[in-house]
Amino acid sequence: MKVLCGIGGSDDSFRALDRTVERAAVANDDLTIAVVDNEDSSVSPDEVVERAEAAADEAEIDAEVRRVEGDPGSRLVEIAETEGFEEIVLGGGHTSPMGKITIGSIAEFVLLNAKTSVTLVR
Amino acid sequence: MSDRGYPDAVADEFPPPPTAFTDREDRAIEVRPYAGEEAVREALVEMYDAFDPADRAQGIPPGGEERIREWLDAILCDDCYNVIAWCGDDAAGHATLVPDGDAYELAIFVHQEYQRAGIGTHLIRGLLGHGQANGVEKVWLTVERWNRAAVSLYKKIGFETSDAESFELEMGLRLHASDDEDVDPDPDDGDE
Repeated sequence: MKVLCGIGGSDDSFRALDRTVERAAVANDDLTIAVVDNEDSSVSPDEVVERAEAAADEAEIDAEVRRVEGDPGSRLVEIAETEGFEEIVLGGGHTSPMGKITIGSIAEFVLLNAKTSVTLVR
Repeated sequence: MSDRGYPDAVADEFPPPPTAFTDREDRAIEVRPYAGEEAVREALVEMYDAFDPADRAQGIPPGGEERIREWLDAILCDDCYNVIAWCGDDAAGHATLVPDGDAYELAIFVHQEYQRAGIGTHLIRGLLGHGQANGVEKVWLTVERWNRAAVSLYKKIGFETSDAESFELEMGLRLHASDDEDVDPDPDDGDE
């Protein structure tokens, strides 16, 4: 399957990265990892790119890691549509001190606007 | 988190528990703070184990006894504030303040058998009274925007919406003026 995994440096995005890479190694997915701008993230985009490349190397898969600038949600939807991706994978949300799950603004936009299936990784 | 919004005005004083009242179904209800009692924790496990999954909000309470216990361990912590609404020996509802930086996150749950009887209002007022008595300054919460009963309860208490741009509304309440902020304690003086 042709999979687009969007990550911006939040904890849940790294969980999504690990799970997607793991799955791609088993299922032979054609994986592209898009490193997007996330203003809520404390990790710089360059560092996120490094983490993504390291994860792909470690799993010995041939994934493309791409830096995507601009509004993250709309860019992911646009890339998925124009390049024929079948699925978008994103982090499954942040957990508050109370244990409440809050879905990030990128995931909200993608869920409502994508034509492909969307997977949120918990 | 420090970037959350709170009203400038400080909320009214809330009555610290214990408080007692008769609910709209003529049941005698008492609101009491949690003080680490093992039996209280077990009563809460029982309440949440029987909780209607349709009343879950944003993943809590979790399902299954093991996860309920793990979650309760986190929210019955020493620096959390918890109050329980009792109907005899049964926990009818539970409200909690969990520390988050210089503020507290609030959640409230009323078991389905005890909903729509006015217990939530007494319970949240008891929790805020308990927090106020212990010096809590700022409280925030998130609520699913379709949950109109909850949103109107929070508004009635004095919560103001601080973020309306997500699936969930975020609301804030100020219980005490902060030491480090210049806040008029009662801008509507004599208005109530």
